[in-house]
Amino acid sequence: MAKVLLKDICKIYEGSVKAVDNVNLEIRDREFMVLVGPSGCGKSTTLRMVAGLEQISSGTIKIGERIVNDVPPKDRDIAMVFQNYALYPHMSVQENMAFGLRLRKFKKVDINARVKEAAAMLGLTEYLHRRPKALSGGQRQRVAVGRAIVRKPQVFLFDEPLSNLDAKMRVQMRTEISKLHNQLETTMIYVTHDQVEAMTMGDRICVMKDGVIQQVDTPLEIYDHPANIFVASFIGTPPMNLFRGKLQLKNDILTFVGETFELSINIKEHREKLLSHVGEEVTFGIRPEDMDAESTNNDISIPRITAKVEVVEPMGSETCVYLRTGTETFIAKVDPHKPMTVGEKIALPVNLKKVHIFKQDSGQALL
Amino acid sequence: MNFNTVKKILLYIFMSILAIGMLIPFFWMVSTSLKDGNNVFEFPPKWIPNPIKWSNYAKVWEVVPFAAFALNSFLLALCVTCGQVLTSAFAAFSFARLNWWGRDKVFFAYLATMMIPGAVTMIPLFLLLRYLGWIDSYKAIIIPGIFSAYGTFMLRQFFMGLPTELEDAARIDGCNLWEIFWNVTIPLSKPALATLAIFTFLGNWRNFQWPLIVLQTSEKMTLPVGLAYFMGEHSTKWNLLMAGSLMSIVPLVAIFLIGQRFFVKGIQLGGVKG
Repeated sequence: MAKVLLKDICKIYEGSVKAVDNVNLEIRDREFMVLVGPSGCGKSTTLRMVAGLEQISSGTIKIGERIVNDVPPKDRDIAMVFQNYALYPHMSVQENMAFGLRLRKFKKVDINARVKEAAAMLGLTEYLHRRPKALSGGQRQRVAVGRAIVRKPQVFLFDEPLSNLDAKMRVQMRTEISKLHNQLETTMIYVTHDQVEAMTMGDRICVMKDGVIQQVDTPLEIYDHPANIFVASFIGTPPMNLFRGKLQLKNDILTFVGETFELSINIKEHREKLLSHVGEEVTFGIRPEDMDAESTNNDISIPRITAKVEVVEPMGSETCVYLRTGTETFIAKVDPHKPMTVGEKIALPVNLKKVHIFKQDSGQALL
Repeated sequence: MNFNTVKKILLYIFMSILAIGMLIPFFWMVSTSLKDGNNVFEFPPKWIPNPIKWSNYAKVWEVVPFAAFALNSFLLALCVTCGQVLTSAFAAFSFARLNWWGRDKVFFAYLATMMIPGAVTMIPLFLLLRYLGWIDSYKAIIIPGIFSAYGTFMLRQFFMGLPTELEDAARIDGCNLWEIFWNVTIPLSKPALATLAIFTFLGNWRNFQWPLIVLQTSEKMTLPVGLAYFMGEHSTKWNLLMAGSLMSIVPLVAIFLIGQRFFVKGIQLGGVKG
């Protein structure tokens, strides 16, 4: 059990490519921290620096109370699960799991006990004598997890462990890893590019882009209050609808003037925050589910965006409607039982409480 | 008959002619080895000798110390093979996996030595060995023999193809470089190591020129050089020479048959996706 502290971490590759730029992150004891971002955002590099597989260019990494900058991976008391499993093909499942303990000169009895325990936990008992070649993808990844568990490390590191599995297996392993976290109560750092994994698994999420941390918070907080345009568009499927425009005062009512529509934002707390930005270029954001036509249908005081239906995608629990106003397209999630026809013009109500306004130049959230 | 069948038949005829062309000298060798000394050059040549002299094979063992030569050859080839596989693996691991200043330049320089024909370095090497006092000792064969740019190159290419994640996993599991080399790289490279070992062994088993140059004492001679004793200044005992040669290739054929699955078998890395 240990917390992990990253302080002013930079990773500069040959030349001057900054893969990780001044990362400051505290991962609490027993926390499940997910690093998420598009490929090349530095999340894997950050994880590998915690593991000791990459040298850090500057900064300090602490695991527990110990600075580990110059500690080799094997002495950091960590275990890691890789995307492509990285099982030793020439060893059986049992040997794969025991390898780390054997190198650490554990007694044979202890090794067997630990391997047995982990195998039971992961449902691998009957496969202990097989080679990795003879296992399915999901089983291989379980062996990789087992190899990490038997070591009883202070910190678990996962580097996109589910990316190579098929969709169904991924969902299953996702819950298994979450369960494992509850069972083991160990600090876990989990890297993924999949925002669904991030949302569902993380105690907290750290969103990264271009080597820079964009936001660190709980999944819901990140979803409800994204710190900037990037986070807003990265987290959530379908992504948040974004419109460019200006903030203006019309008849003393705060109004967003977009390229194809105007919307008065007549809410007191928004007004206080936005008043000093009147006249500025902003991006207006609204999540698809905050444009539900049904719930607020009859209230004419609610501002609406009028648009033409282009595509209707019924999902069962909800329906995604792709809409167009002028040159801009957006998506709304609506009640699946409300009839919609392609080509129809509808006025979608906007839940003003859930509106996001970002500065256009910096992308930072104003609301 | 359609076009494809015709093409196939022509191809088979062509291949058969090639195969016969390759096999004729071999048949001639077998035929000669069973002939009486006087009938070797009889004209017109007979493919099936009359009488068939199986005793030629036994005679080879009496005329020259065939067993001793074979043992010398075997031990030398074994030493060179083990040494060469080991040094090549070490060097290849360093070139493939360790980062040191000027690594790639050194590698290309090393590789460039493959372009130099052996005949060019033969005399300088001989002079060097004479200076060291190694002439007429097995050191002169083994020590220059265990360093191989070819082996290093081949294994380096193979090592570079091994997934680095396995090494990362091993480092986290607690391996140092030495342990990674022995526990991960070497076991995974068995097919490449076997291929190199077979090539090296075959090459050394049949090596004629270098042992002839550096060895002087007849007891130390290797089999190919020993067989040359049948070639006298005035006459050559062709039937015995052929019988000896045939016996000398038996181990080669055996090794090739045992080892050939390594040539064709690609590595199957079940532990890594992709």
